[in-house]
Amino acid sequence: MNVTFDLLVNAIVSGVILGGFYAAAASGLTIAFGMLDIVNIAHPAFIMVGSFLAYFGWNVLGIDPFISMAAFSAAGFVFGRAFYRAYHWFFERRGDEAVQGLAFFFGILFIVEVALVLIFGVDYRFIDAPYLGPTLSLGFVVVPWRMLIPFLVALAMLGMMHSYLARTFTGRTILAVSQDVEAVRLVGADPIRSKEIAFGIATASAILAGVLLIIIQPVEPSVGREFIGRTFAICVLGGMSSLPGTLLASLLLGVAEALTATFVGPSWSPAVSFGLLLLTLAVRPAGILGR
Amino acid sequence: MSGPIALGPVSGSRPMAIRRPYWTACSIVLGVLALMAAAILLGSRISEYYYLATYTILQFVVLGTAWNILGGYAGYVNFGAAGFFAIGCYTTIAFTKLLQLPLIADVLLAAVMSGLVGLATGYVTLRLRGVFFSIATLAFAIVLQTIIVNWRFVGGSRGVYVIRPDVAYFFSSYAQFLLVLMTGLAGVAVLAALAVEKSWIGAGLAAIRDDETAAETSGVPSLRLKLIATTLSGSLMGVAGAPFPYYITYVDPSSVFNLTISVNAIAMPLVGGTGAWWGPIVGAVLLGSAQQILTVTISSAANVLFVGLLLVLFLIVAPRGVVGLVRDWRRGRP
Repeated sequence: MNVTFDLLVNAIVSGVILGGFYAAAASGLTIAFGMLDIVNIAHPAFIMVGSFLAYFGWNVLGIDPFISMAAFSAAGFVFGRAFYRAYHWFFERRGDEAVQGLAFFFGILFIVEVALVLIFGVDYRFIDAPYLGPTLSLGFVVVPWRMLIPFLVALAMLGMMHSYLARTFTGRTILAVSQDVEAVRLVGADPIRSKEIAFGIATASAILAGVLLIIIQPVEPSVGREFIGRTFAICVLGGMSSLPGTLLASLLLGVAEALTATFVGPSWSPAVSFGLLLLTLAVRPAGILGR
Repeated sequence: MSGPIALGPVSGSRPMAIRRPYWTACSIVLGVLALMAAAILLGSRISEYYYLATYTILQFVVLGTAWNILGGYAGYVNFGAAGFFAIGCYTTIAFTKLLQLPLIADVLLAAVMSGLVGLATGYVTLRLRGVFFSIATLAFAIVLQTIIVNWRFVGGSRGVYVIRPDVAYFFSSYAQFLLVLMTGLAGVAVLAALAVEKSWIGAGLAAIRDDETAAETSGVPSLRLKLIATTLSGSLMGVAGAPFPYYITYVDPSSVFNLTISVNAIAMPLVGGTGAWWGPIVGAVLLGSAQQILTVTISSAANVLFVGLLLVLFLIVAPRGVVGLVRDWRRGRP
């Protein structure tokens, strides 16, 4: 295939926009895995739940996905807190998180996927809101609204999460939990409660990312597996516990995938994130922004 | 005194006195021979379905035992069992296309190939925290699937048909031959796990599982032991997959890189209990036969859901599996 300038610029633009969405998908994992040390393999399954909730909301209840996403992520927040309580009670408290806890999340990932298959089937589902159809053309660069709106929503969400963690007391205790649990206790905060709230935020962000995903592209339950590699690759590449790092890594991965899909072939793009992950683990496990 | 004090294991010395489990090994060999004899004597008197069902359970005995060598003994969770299984499977396909080797030779080649991949994966990730190994195994399975999907020679995404050769020697059907072969392989896997568990390797791996830093400080060569475990574990997973093309006769990437295989490989040792060599056997027989029954009576989607639910249930209620329950019961007995 000959490399034309138009094709290259379009691939980079769509990669950046895709990367913004990836940041939304991976930010929850950065909190759970990077900050709380909870290896939530089921994070992509929660993203799928978000997608199918939005599908259900649009096609059955007739609610616009941009309105329903607020309610769904609020529900995700409550669910995430309860889920963390259960996880803490059964695994963290016993000191079983290394093998049993990891297998538990893997089991949850699997159960959610099979349950979604049983409920919604294996067909691709999508949302056909009329305002998502048109495209925005700036010269020879073409961007569909279907991609652009989720990109903006993702950036807004990331900005909110970042300022919550940096500005509020609870947010700062969440950041502190990843560094020194005793110090969190000394300033009068309950580390378990901080972790609970943080996991709630992580789950809410996964649900929101799921709503964005089904706006961007058709979704079937096993699509979540592609996001295991993507989200973990982004999380590690971004330096584990930094949201700006997550955004940077997401944009990098988005561009790398778009270039691969355009110039090598779409069937190779799943390997990009995983290859990048293996490479990062082997060469620079601290990530690009790591200390 | 001459020379510095040697840190690390001195050759010839063993960290602890270990009783050799000769009787256990003998009874495993006897059990394998009895199962083989039963399969041969029954011949075509029973439906071929029973051979294939038993084959599936034994295949999971191999997979679960292989997973347990790393996951149970050393505490390193491998999510990519399907990837290693697929290496075995595609080794058979590639070498059948190239050389038309007998299946036994394919099994040995599969053991070498997946063992090497296991060693490489371990070498890349085991210097890091244990969880990175888990994520890397997940990543590795997807990278491998992408390569296979794009590799025309072994069928690519469309898959490939494998023709079973004629039945040889005294076997009445090819299914019977496959069952006898898998019985032997299961025996080899279980004996390997027993040898690891009862030797200094197992003692070292247990020390790594409990506290890796403490183990290293007391002279356990942790990286070397972990590499031995990943190589052996990967190799046995490949062995489990090597006869699979002849079992299923049509192989495509989505049936080999199936998440169900990875989940089963984890669920069976954890349900059976990771602490002892017989845990994965119990788990495989329990979960394997339950899945066969559910597939026949309800649906294959239901059996997949069942594995996941049982795994989560056991992790919450009995985190040490059946092995743990039995040990608690023995301890509590007056």
